[in-house]
Amino acid sequence: MRTFHAAAAPHLPSKRTVRGVMSQVLLALVPGIAVHAWLFGPGIFVQIVIASGFALAFEAALLRLRGRPLAPFLTDGSAVVAASLFALCIPPLAPWWIAAVAMFFAIVIAKHCFGGLGHNVFNPAMVGYVVVLISFPLQLTRWPLPRELSSGTPGLDATLQAILGGRVIAPDGIDALTGATPLDAIRTGLAEGRPLDTVLQSPVFGAVGGTGWEWLAAAFGIGGLYLLWRGIIRWQVPVATLGSVLVMALVAWVLNPETYPSAVLHCLSGGLVLGAFFIATDPVSGCASGRGRLVFGAGVGVLTLVIRYWGGYPDGVAFAVLLMNMAAPLVDRVTRPRVYGT
Amino acid sequence: MKPVVATSEPAPKTPPVADRIGERLYRFDGGLRLRHNKKIACRDPVARPALPAELVVPMRQHSGPPARPCVAEGQFVLKGERIGEGPERGAHIHAPTSGRVTSVQDRPMAHATGQPGTCVVIRPDGEDRWGERTPFPAWETSDPAALRAHIRHHGIVGLGGAVFPTDLKAGAATVTPIHTLVLNGVECEPWIACDEMLMREQPRHLVEGALILAHAAGVERVVIAIEDQMGAVERALAEAAAELGGGRCRVVKVPTVYPEGGERQLVQTLTGLEVPAGGYPHDLGLLVQNVATAAAVRQAVIAGEPLVERIVTVTGHGVRHPRNLLALLGTPAAHLVEAAGGYTDDAARLVVGGPMMGYPLGSDAEPVVKATNCLLVLTTGDMRPPQGELPCIRCGDCASACPARLQPQELQFMARAAQWDAVAALGVDACIECACCDLVCPSQIPLADWFRYAKGEVRRVSSERVAAERARERFEAREARLERARQEKAERLARRKDKLRDEAGRKRQIEAALARAKGTKDPSAEDEA
Repeated sequence: MRTFHAAAAPHLPSKRTVRGVMSQVLLALVPGIAVHAWLFGPGIFVQIVIASGFALAFEAALLRLRGRPLAPFLTDGSAVVAASLFALCIPPLAPWWIAAVAMFFAIVIAKHCFGGLGHNVFNPAMVGYVVVLISFPLQLTRWPLPRELSSGTPGLDATLQAILGGRVIAPDGIDALTGATPLDAIRTGLAEGRPLDTVLQSPVFGAVGGTGWEWLAAAFGIGGLYLLWRGIIRWQVPVATLGSVLVMALVAWVLNPETYPSAVLHCLSGGLVLGAFFIATDPVSGCASGRGRLVFGAGVGVLTLVIRYWGGYPDGVAFAVLLMNMAAPLVDRVTRPRVYGT
Repeated sequence: MKPVVATSEPAPKTPPVADRIGERLYRFDGGLRLRHNKKIACRDPVARPALPAELVVPMRQHSGPPARPCVAEGQFVLKGERIGEGPERGAHIHAPTSGRVTSVQDRPMAHATGQPGTCVVIRPDGEDRWGERTPFPAWETSDPAALRAHIRHHGIVGLGGAVFPTDLKAGAATVTPIHTLVLNGVECEPWIACDEMLMREQPRHLVEGALILAHAAGVERVVIAIEDQMGAVERALAEAAAELGGGRCRVVKVPTVYPEGGERQLVQTLTGLEVPAGGYPHDLGLLVQNVATAAAVRQAVIAGEPLVERIVTVTGHGVRHPRNLLALLGTPAAHLVEAAGGYTDDAARLVVGGPMMGYPLGSDAEPVVKATNCLLVLTTGDMRPPQGELPCIRCGDCASACPARLQPQELQFMARAAQWDAVAALGVDACIECACCDLVCPSQIPLADWFRYAKGEVRRVSSERVAAERARERFEAREARLERARQEKAERLARRKDKLRDEAGRKRQIEAALARAKGTKDPSAEDEA
């Protein structure tokens, strides 16, 4: 007779792990990060390293405080994903303490005060970003001009000086590199009473979106398609987000092309593609059912445009995501599918 | 999909769905495509292992209460002799071989609960001598009820795993008339191949059994559902069906998706209809039986042999020579593993059934029962590492995989919080415990285990609530009765008091009258005088 150790079914290894999912997300960000670095210099790498460092440090401290095991949660990859997404939202030469403050709010407040991994109501990366966006508008709006519009991108040396030393306005003219993002340009132009088509003559606008920015959007789109292909994210959120923006912007544009930019321009500028594939698809703070995800994505798209059209900020993806995070539990509740046989 | 055998007879009065079964397939929600791992056990034909030294025959091999042993220690039994008297909603147990009963005692037995139960232990005499075999003559023209009694007599239960007595299922009184017998040959769990081998090797027996079963249930049509990856099976079955069944029997191929073989999923695939919550395929006019059950019915009716053996797949990376064995009920698992070449060095877990829903055995001394379709020996590499559970990240992969359209991520939150009402409201009763959610969960939460537990708790809470409600009703009834008694007593007292008062009053009245009479006596006397 031989005895065996018993354990409950299923007796098969899991198809995937949280760490695997997070690694895939990071992998899918690679094209976007690469294009970002090509357009704006190595600042993004420095920002990712700094933000990840702070995120992991806060994560470890809070896990320690809460008496949770460190190893499984530090290696699950969620903190690094949040840090990377945050880094992609801020100007690449922003001072280091921006990331520190943001990661404090992301990891300590938004994540661990709500119960840690899986329990956060709000998307941590967006909480961190919105806190610093509201608190430090000067540092957060000083975007450098992309490669095509400037004499070149700063080297690693200048980047580190800018980020760590705070020497943003260097005598050799890093200042000259900063300028308006396409959405800023539209906003300021319309506020000054110029008609939209004159505003769009500016060199910051390229073939379909903002000069340089359209490449970034495309790279995030490629990463997003990769996630879809690997089954890490599902189609509902990106399709609903981009679809609702396309439809709403198209209607607005048809009604008044003097004031409202085209649907394609909207989709490809700001953080919309990144948001649609990487941020609104965050499972923890989003909806879980298929129909719920459609509602969630559409909400993000519509709110983004509402903020862009009538709000106080040129881009609204982060606010839209946070607002929909609030609505997610209710959306999940009302979109619950009918159970088999009932 | 075109039916393999076209129906030529004029359709009797049945719901339109009956005619369309198999013409078009529907999809059930969720499900997973799993690595099949079946071929490994199908290289050799089904073989009969040597007689074991001892057969341990549990008295509980069917759903419902256990059978009562009707043999004594030391008694000699012939193969097929009844050794356990089945209860009304159960099945009889028969001696799997000839030999002497060495004991009747409690033994651990292969059951998901792992609880020991009464077993009849038989030491085979090695001759495997049959007792009287009782075929059922001319079943085609027989009374279905008599046929069902014969099936009951031979101890036949559903061999797909639920082991519900076949005669009861075939004879169940239903609101909707049963129009179609669906033979479930969809063996969707990985590794298990006993039904596939049966269909491959005994297609004629199986079709014959199906027709008998259909007659016993008063059903005209038979649909045999198989997986679309069972190539050889389809041809063999279709030939047998055409030859024996005329136009009544057709073979339908369904997609190879787990858990297609689940009764509810198969019904949905074939008809597009959902079995109502808390109901059975009966409610849609369907009788679903496993293919092995049909073959067992054929053995009982044509050969007159009770259910004493079944095909068991002995497989997995943990056995040296995976294969299918025709095992006598009561054969210890160890004996079958031995017959399949023995354990490999890294064998780590012994499972009854498949890797998705099977339950583990604590020891290989436990015997094969009517429900045992597979003995799966797994190695450490096959299983999930024991650590690694993380909090739910609400990715919803579980919900996408759920064939019952449940939201496992919400259910597990509620179950962790012991919110059983919420768990019930989310529909946990519809969970078929297929473990698809569990397998896809990146946080490695043992969801299937949670839901098995949650279903038990929901039942417990609701029965406690019923009990509490009854107790409250009893208490209130008692209070009311006591109150009533008190009131009656008070009324009685009051009446009595009144009466006494009345009597006292009357007495006074009489006295007064008497006094008056006395007082007036003199004048009257005077008058008289």
